[in-house]
Amino acid sequence: MLEIVNLHASIDNKVILNGINLKINPGEVHAIMGPNGSGKSTLSNVIAGHDGYDIISGDILFDGESVLNFPPEKRAHLGLFLSFQYPVEIPGITVSNFIRTALNEIRKAKGEESLGASPMLKLMREKMKVLEMDKGFLSRSLNEGFSGGEKKRNEIFQMAMLEPKMAILDETDSGLDIDALRVVANGVNALRSDRNAFIVITHYQRLLDYIIPDFVHVLFNGKIVKSGGKELAIELEKRGYDWIKKEQK
Amino acid sequence: MRLRRKLFIVSDNDKIIDEVTSSDYKYGFSTEIDSDTIEPGLSEDVIRQISLKKDEPQWMTDWRLDAYKVWKEMDEPDWANVSYSKPDFQNISYYSAVKKKQYDSLDEVDPELLKTFEKLGISLDEQKRLSGVAMDIVVDSVSVATTFKKTLKEKGIIFCSMSEAIKEHPELVKKHLGTVIPKSDNYYAALNSAVFTDGSFCYIPNGVRCPMELSTYFRINEAGTGQFERTLLIADKGSYVSYLEGCTAPQRDENQLHAAVVELIAMDDSEIKYSTVQNWFPGDSNGKGGVFNFVTKRGICETQAKISWTQVETGSAVTWKYPSCILKGDNSIGEFYSVALTNNFQQADTGTKMLHLGSNTKSTIISKGISAGKSHNSYRGLVRMGPRAKNARNFSQCDSLLMGDKCGAHTFPYIEVKNSTAKTEHEATTSKIGEDQIFYCQQRGLNPEAAIALIVNGYCKDVLNQLPMEFAVEAQKLLAISLEGSVG
Ligand SMILES: Nc1ncnc2c1ncn2[C@@H]1O[C@H](COP(=O)(O)OP(=O)(O)OP(=O)(O)O)[C@@H](O)[C@H]1O
Ligand SMILES: [Mg+2]
Repeated sequence: MLEIVNLHASIDNKVILNGINLKINPGEVHAIMGPNGSGKSTLSNVIAGHDGYDIISGDILFDGESVLNFPPEKRAHLGLFLSFQYPVEIPGITVSNFIRTALNEIRKAKGEESLGASPMLKLMREKMKVLEMDKGFLSRSLNEGFSGGEKKRNEIFQMAMLEPKMAILDETDSGLDIDALRVVANGVNALRSDRNAFIVITHYQRLLDYIIPDFVHVLFNGKIVKSGGKELAIELEKRGYDWIKKEQK
Repeated sequence: MRLRRKLFIVSDNDKIIDEVTSSDYKYGFSTEIDSDTIEPGLSEDVIRQISLKKDEPQWMTDWRLDAYKVWKEMDEPDWANVSYSKPDFQNISYYSAVKKKQYDSLDEVDPELLKTFEKLGISLDEQKRLSGVAMDIVVDSVSVATTFKKTLKEKGIIFCSMSEAIKEHPELVKKHLGTVIPKSDNYYAALNSAVFTDGSFCYIPNGVRCPMELSTYFRINEAGTGQFERTLLIADKGSYVSYLEGCTAPQRDENQLHAAVVELIAMDDSEIKYSTVQNWFPGDSNGKGGVFNFVTKRGICETQAKISWTQVETGSAVTWKYPSCILKGDNSIGEFYSVALTNNFQQADTGTKMLHLGSNTKSTIISKGISAGKSHNSYRGLVRMGPRAKNARNFSQCDSLLMGDKCGAHTFPYIEVKNSTAKTEHEATTSKIGEDQIFYCQQRGLNPEAAIALIVNGYCKDVLNQLPMEFAVEAQKLLAISLEGSVG
């Protein structure tokens, strides 16, 4: 589904991604861990098509097709979703208005008819129920004045509405309380199928107790330096990153 | 031509029960051809001729002549933060019933214009009407309009052209015309007073709540009122009226200079809501052409009355406009909600004046400026608390949104407080649309233009919310269209 081939990327002439190789098949969940500043969010942004980075070499293939020249919205239309580490605020635009606009833009791009107001609302209600969200959320300004946890839950709500093929969750667990973590993880699990895939970026093994990954990768200095199964996350939790850093030297 | 493109019938329980496409037939695109034009230039003689052609009573002619004398003594103001080459007033024809170009089919109309119509969601018939294509299908809006006129009449509401009012209701016109904006008020108001061609007149009787949004559309009897429009709206004690002016469809006009005057009179316990969408031709992307729009709008509030101005300004090359409120009566309320968008080489200097005379008067100013391209957008506002304005309150919020780094936003707030119990609050912000906001929207499937439109609409929400629903939807689309090409 998603294939990243020897990807090198820089910002302001500073190389941040240093040869990433990653292949994700439908139905898989890949966890990416790694110390602060190792390039996890950069990788997410580059996959999503942020134009602030220079792609030095390598390729990103989505369903076998290179998406490097596609603008972010086209990647979104293909089914790529990024749950942001720091979701932005858009004052004056309600959550429901935003999601309605987004969903209909994607449907339009796929040649589908736009969803009317009442089926839309019904769908929103369903998804909100799974995520144990209050209805009042819909009429609030997007992310404005949201608590950290509310912002993250709102990201997952959007993901649930847009039903992407490939979702990247960048530290969605940070800022969530214990109950919210479980609820959000349930939300993700509810979407899991053999037709979609997830990249879960996290610092904590705890999330991976709920969303059980097929693979765990360690990103360090813009490179995947170690890959394994879910037991790798447990080992990292115990031992930290020092041993990996040492292995690199 | 300034008319609303849709007609809303609002029943007593405020429900929109119908919506009808308007027809052009009364505007006579295909029938009357008015060749009446007075030679360019301005003199007492020209004014007499205008008055004569309009078949006006002597008092009106005298009123105009008086205004002309005042105007001659005045200088064109240059304090606004705009620059343009001054119009040559001797090169303007002050009375002309210029007919728009007549087309046989839409194929002959500028495709750019048609594209815009499409984006605004304007129906084919409507497109024809707006661009001046001869239409033979008479949409059945005539009967609807007649029904409206009947309803209004039953309530004792007078809604007609200024010319008609001068003839049919001289006592009302004589009593109120020029009382809020005297002839000597400013250069353009004086000019307008001398040469105004037509406009709307409206009177809502004591205790009557006008059951529908009044729009200039209803003035089915008159031709386009042209460059010197004059509007007078009187809400008698305890009455209510909501009035819509303008049109979201782009309006091209042969006349470069527009100097309208709008006077509102809100008597005790009455309320006037005045909404405008202004979309005159702004000039091309190189700054050529475009309308100069110098408007004087002011209302007076008696005891416990309320006037609310809402405007969405996207057009004109140069705009100079300050809808204001004189809060004369105790407990009266003035509101000003404005979105002014400038792109390319447009210049706008707009704002309001809230003059608090009475005690416990309240005013709210919400101004949202959006500048893109190489445009300049200024907010100029005066809040004056007079010596008798005990416990008067004002809240002002002036926000500027910049798109790109070649445009300018300027804020000139003036505050004068002569009563120690009066309070004013002023908040101002300047922001840019964040790249991260655009990226976020793009990640969710919106292209950059849609993203900007969304963000801008969110930014303008407090103002757009003041507009009648359907008008607000059109205004949103209009903002998006006006910003096209400003991304990147
Ligand atoms: N705009 C920028 N200009 C310069 N350096 C940048 C920029 N954006 C990111 N970086 C640098 O790139 C590196 C990787 O950042 P990134 O945000 O991808 O890390 P991360 O792995 O997501 O970290 P965290 O776990 O703290 O979220 C960091 O050293 C960061 O300072
Ligand atoms: Mg990060």
